[in-house]
Amino acid sequence: MKSKKILEMKSITKTFPGVKALDNVTFSVTEGEIHCLVGENGAGKSTLMKVLSGVYPFGEYEGDILFSEEIQKFRGIRDSEKTGIAIIYQELALIPELTVYENIFLGHEIQKNGVLNWNETIKQAGEILIKVGLDINPETKVKELGVGKQQLIEIAKALSRDVKLLILDEPTAALNEDDCDNLLQLLKDLQSQGVTSIMITHKLKEVIRIADMVTVLRDGQTICTLNAGKGEVSENILIKNMVGREINNIYPSRKHEISNEIVLEVKNWTAHNKQYGHNILNNIALNVKKGEIIGIAGLMGAGRTEFARSLFGNPDHYVITGNLYIDGKEKLFKHPETAIEAGLAYVSEDRKKNGLILIQDIKQNITIANLNKIRKKIIIDDNAEIVTAEKYRNALSIKTPSIEQKLNKLSGGNQQKVSLAKWLFVNPEILILDEPTRGIDVGAKYEIYTIMNELVTQGMSIIMISSELPEILGMSDRVYVMSEGQITGEMPTNEATQEKIMHLATN
Amino acid sequence: MALKELRTELRKNIRGYGMYIALFVIFVIFTITTDGIFISSRNISNLMNQTGYIAVIAIGMTLIIVIRHIDLSVGFLSGFLGAIAAIAMTFWNLPVYVVIPMVLVLGFIAGLITAYPVAKLGIPAFVASLAGWLIYRGALLMATLKTGTIVIPNKAFNAIGNGYIPDIFASDKFLPKTHKLTLLLGLITIIWLILSSVKARKSKQSYNFEILPLDLFIGKQIFVSVLIGIVTWILAGYNGLSWTFAIVLLVVAIYNFVTKKTVIGRHIYAVGGNPEAAELSGVNVEKVTFIVFGSMGMLAGLAGILYASRLQSATTTAGTLLELDGIAAAFIGGVSVAGGVGSVVGSLLGAIVYTSLTSGMNLMGIDISSQYIVRGAVLLGAVIFDVAARKLGD
Repeated sequence: MKSKKILEMKSITKTFPGVKALDNVTFSVTEGEIHCLVGENGAGKSTLMKVLSGVYPFGEYEGDILFSEEIQKFRGIRDSEKTGIAIIYQELALIPELTVYENIFLGHEIQKNGVLNWNETIKQAGEILIKVGLDINPETKVKELGVGKQQLIEIAKALSRDVKLLILDEPTAALNEDDCDNLLQLLKDLQSQGVTSIMITHKLKEVIRIADMVTVLRDGQTICTLNAGKGEVSENILIKNMVGREINNIYPSRKHEISNEIVLEVKNWTAHNKQYGHNILNNIALNVKKGEIIGIAGLMGAGRTEFARSLFGNPDHYVITGNLYIDGKEKLFKHPETAIEAGLAYVSEDRKKNGLILIQDIKQNITIANLNKIRKKIIIDDNAEIVTAEKYRNALSIKTPSIEQKLNKLSGGNQQKVSLAKWLFVNPEILILDEPTRGIDVGAKYEIYTIMNELVTQGMSIIMISSELPEILGMSDRVYVMSEGQITGEMPTNEATQEKIMHLATN
Repeated sequence: MALKELRTELRKNIRGYGMYIALFVIFVIFTITTDGIFISSRNISNLMNQTGYIAVIAIGMTLIIVIRHIDLSVGFLSGFLGAIAAIAMTFWNLPVYVVIPMVLVLGFIAGLITAYPVAKLGIPAFVASLAGWLIYRGALLMATLKTGTIVIPNKAFNAIGNGYIPDIFASDKFLPKTHKLTLLLGLITIIWLILSSVKARKSKQSYNFEILPLDLFIGKQIFVSVLIGIVTWILAGYNGLSWTFAIVLLVVAIYNFVTKKTVIGRHIYAVGGNPEAAELSGVNVEKVTFIVFGSMGMLAGLAGILYASRLQSATTTAGTLLELDGIAAAFIGGVSVAGGVGSVVGSLLGAIVYTSLTSGMNLMGIDISSQYIVRGAVLLGAVIFDVAARKLGD
């Protein structure tokens, strides 16, 4: 194999307000190899690829990108595409209503004197489809194809642009086993035709099967680059490098008795998505005791958020079978409204998208889920509302000049506290926290952990979904691990290790 | 010191005050260009009556746009319901006090029907209500097919669009040619507003909450009182408060109360601000959608009554493009296309601005073709100002 470097990223640093997403990352790829990029959620893999593809343009990051041994200053995706870099995201960017050939040549249509040359397009599309091993009519509409074939069309689209470096962000996440096999085989084939690939993936078995080189990222830093040829790549080595973070005392301790009283129990919980025709959740069994924090660990796409939402009034309208018991009584919630009445609360994973009303102020956001409590007959009592908001502002130390501040002007940590305040005002029996500390700084994290401890001491039960293993181990009393819509393991926290959880999660 | 506070207060609420300023500027311009005819009691009185049905539609539309929808059906719906009212009185001989509630209820039901595909099936409101637009247009033509224009002989009904509240203190000696009851009502309103603001201020003070500085507070009270005083005085100088304007004020008062002070009001704005977050906070988005469209339908019924009574007849073209006038008024009044922002009072002012332009330009003898262009420019200007003001406010 030639040893010419096709890509070198040197000392890349990328900061977001309050967070260092990439810290002095070095990453290099040799021409003709398949290079896997692995790491936990939030390790910085996607950010690194966004820097490379120009989504974060030159000037927004520090460090140098060398492609084909030349320094590149991409101002946008168009620039990186021109130099021969193609990136395929997890969410496919195909247009379902258009045909295969239209999709393949979208953005660089074949023209003759300013008029589209469809015959030539179809011919060339056919040739590319053979390259990716797809035996279909280029005139098929994309929406008629399965996810696996759509993924191949994406690759065909990249090949049509004369790609030198192909980047795939979790290409197999949504694929079944056969389609996975096909895709991996295709990458090998393309390799023999001289295409270099970078693949981001969570599935370590795939890494072992396909990678020539593996780079592990953790907390925005390059941990190591391993050479498969030299036998440096194994599941254990990878996991060790991925999770090797130390758990220091950023988790406040708590001392309290967990009673044996089960407040929430789920049996045979299966959720079917009618639109996609498959089960999102399969046969989940889980219970929560009074005053307990259970952690649900797993990788992105494992179905944890879907599970929480299916409990909380099922706003996604899955077809649900199975039983849910709250305080021993069987329940079925048709709307979040009834779930809230029964004592459930759900702090959503994406506070901006579906947690908060950003154009409204702090007090309105805090009271929205429990307006009846500040109501006098039919009138909302403004004064009671202010008192309530001030109370939570102090209790959770929300840093703001005024409770009439609009949410879009607060930092992530303070937004998260408002989100929490909203549900504390409802005073639920069971609080579901979905990624409670995502994107907030260490100080605010500690405060949120302290609040969680106080709540369980007062007898509340908490279900915490988290992608951060140290957080799971530091905060939970008991851990469930999910993978592909199923519970793959359950253990008390004192028996859990990061390696053990990662094994179950990558199952 | 006070000036600086005034400036920050104005800057903070530039959107709200901007409307008053715009209205003031428009009034001054037309008063000058028409040698004072525009500001005469008679013209202002007429202006308020013309504003009536547009304002009513604009208020309903405000809530529709706040929850990120649109309702194109309400123009012809109001025409159709006006025709129903006319038929009920002339052919079925139903009394007014039966006809009016009946029309309002029918309007509410029509609104629920528009809401069904939107809330339950996820059909875009634009399409669902465009279907309504066609259907009610057909229904209106069908209802007036045999008779053409239906003349309404009912005096009580026609008074709604043309009459004035009676003066119980009629006297030739004290303030002759002035409508004393109107003045009294204006005075009561001013006193009530001042008393309730003082009460709210005291209550806030007792909690040690942030309040306006005293001088600004007094200034605000004086400003509002003078404004209401002037409008009342002008109206009293002609025939007094018209029934139409009284009804509009009542509608504004009720809707302002509901949107600002009640749980359902909060829910409406929460749905507009972020429907997903609202749903997960236990707000029933479907229910809110039904209520808002139902209210729109009911107000379309009211607009139909106002219009038919003003013309003293139901015509085959009643309500044509009224929905777009209402939408324009709401946008001039500061409703945001992105949802979650907009107020009932703002939309009333928007409707007044909108009809002031028509009235003023008519008095100036400007051609109707130019009038449309000016109205278009004002709408665009208002929305651009809105966007700029919101950036400044952030």
